[in-house]
Amino acid sequence: MDLVRAVFVDPFAQMIAAPDLLAQTIWEGFVAGVLYSLIALGFVLIYKASGVFNFAQGIMMVFAALTLVGLHEKGVPAWAALALTVAVMYGLALAIERLVLRPLVNQPDIILFMATFGVTYFLIGFGELVFGGNPKSMITKELYLPDGALDLHILGGRVELQKLDIAAAAIALTMVVSLASFFQRTRIGRALRAVADDHQAALSVGISLNQIWVIVWFTAGIVALATGIFWGARSEVSFALQVVALKALPVLILGGLTSVPGAIVGGLIIGVGEKLGEFYWGPLLGGGIESWLAYVIALAFLLVRPQGLFGERIIERV
Amino acid sequence: MTAPNDILLAVEHVSLSFGGVRAISDVSFDIRKGEVRAIIGPNGAGKTSMLNVVNGFYHPQQGAIRWQGQARSRMKPHEAAAQGIARTFQNVALFKGMTTLDNIMTGRSLRMRRNIFWQAMRHGPALDEEIEHRRVCEEIIDFLEIEHIRKTAVGALPYGLQKRVELGRALAMEPVLLLLDEPMAGMNREEKEDMSRFIVEANRYRGATVALIEHDMGVVMDLSDRVVVLDYGRKIADDVPDAVKSDKKVIGAYLGVGQ
Repeated sequence: MDLVRAVFVDPFAQMIAAPDLLAQTIWEGFVAGVLYSLIALGFVLIYKASGVFNFAQGIMMVFAALTLVGLHEKGVPAWAALALTVAVMYGLALAIERLVLRPLVNQPDIILFMATFGVTYFLIGFGELVFGGNPKSMITKELYLPDGALDLHILGGRVELQKLDIAAAAIALTMVVSLASFFQRTRIGRALRAVADDHQAALSVGISLNQIWVIVWFTAGIVALATGIFWGARSEVSFALQVVALKALPVLILGGLTSVPGAIVGGLIIGVGEKLGEFYWGPLLGGGIESWLAYVIALAFLLVRPQGLFGERIIERV
Repeated sequence: MTAPNDILLAVEHVSLSFGGVRAISDVSFDIRKGEVRAIIGPNGAGKTSMLNVVNGFYHPQQGAIRWQGQARSRMKPHEAAAQGIARTFQNVALFKGMTTLDNIMTGRSLRMRRNIFWQAMRHGPALDEEIEHRRVCEEIIDFLEIEHIRKTAVGALPYGLQKRVELGRALAMEPVLLLLDEPMAGMNREEKEDMSRFIVEANRYRGATVALIEHDMGVVMDLSDRVVVLDYGRKIADDVPDAVKSDKKVIGAYLGVGQ
């Protein structure tokens, strides 16, 4: 009986007793969730356009952040380092299209998936070679990212919002909205959806697959840079950071691999869910449940909707 | 020998093989400006491979393609599209998640030139451009009598209508040469009559030269100006419909008389 009480009654009682703590927890979950969404978005973009599950998305994030910080360390001013990093991500997209995707066109998906492992190991080696393997701290001040916190006296208590988190959420939301409108409304967006649907037909109306792939990988690179900056600012820029990308897996399972809104909603559910779980139910199990709770949430959703919240139901005749 | 001006596309001694399998052996024929050219032959004769060569999906090992009088080296499909070659597919290749209107709009991809920033904002010159392309597409939708399904996702449409949408997407490219791969496969008589009418009008009033593959001989004989017949990857006849109909080799190929 005690256990049932501890699981189903006490946490909710705590939430009601201290609404400011609840708001604080939800806010932190929300910020993490927005960043998960952004990572998941990188996966979704590439998956939609080329049918490739890009294992390298996590390392692209680290590589982008590392390039930015590394260039600054070498004496490049922050704004120039940012512009150069964008250029490097474009070069990376070009190189991946030319050296990986083009030679492997029409190969089974699993081959392309394995090729992204290759990209991962290349980027780890290359990043270490150029910028060294030591963890670095993100150049938040030089990029004019705010620090400090905003104290809100609401709900009979105090809720503290880190200004960096506010900036992260604002930038992530702006990116998500502009990407969504880009893909819904522009010629390239329409072309991208066309490529996702049928390669051959897309070619026949004059869409260049190569060009679309470069655009998509470049976009994913920019998304990786943004996530890299904010995750880097929250901890530090190191290769260990790429495991954060693994958090995008339950987000993708939850949201569906092919859906942009799915990536966003999925990210928020996972972010808020794991923070609430950790804070209110964690002590029951001795804490530390944040690292696996996301997968449990995703599994629970899968039991009900195997295609994810927004995923396409793919029916295959066997 | 110089080709006369009215030859739009010439296929010259083209051979194509996949590994050890010969799909096309030393085939030559031409397509004249403004005509409806049929390519017929039994299953596996190499008809679709031929279309794939013409629009750049395949590159022949031997022979050449002469397009508007110029020899064409390894051309990619999107380059062929840019030069005015549009096509439809045997098994309908539409963008299934998109609406009829969006599918037809993709046919305008190559003609949209405005800055994507303006496109995303739906503002300024891009808006005018979008409206102009939209007008062209609506006119095609009107022409093909598919107004009622403008906003329907094409994956949900019956086969006959999908074929029509696919034709619409090709027409939206304002093609010089329109390649149709079995435009009437799986249709009933009424649908075939509609489709024939659309093809004739596209050819006469929209100025598209048409090359089509079709199995319905009645349709082929009615629509086409000249017919080329393939069998086992070789050309066995090339003439006006009436002559082809009575050609012994053609009859033999269709009835399976020994080689």
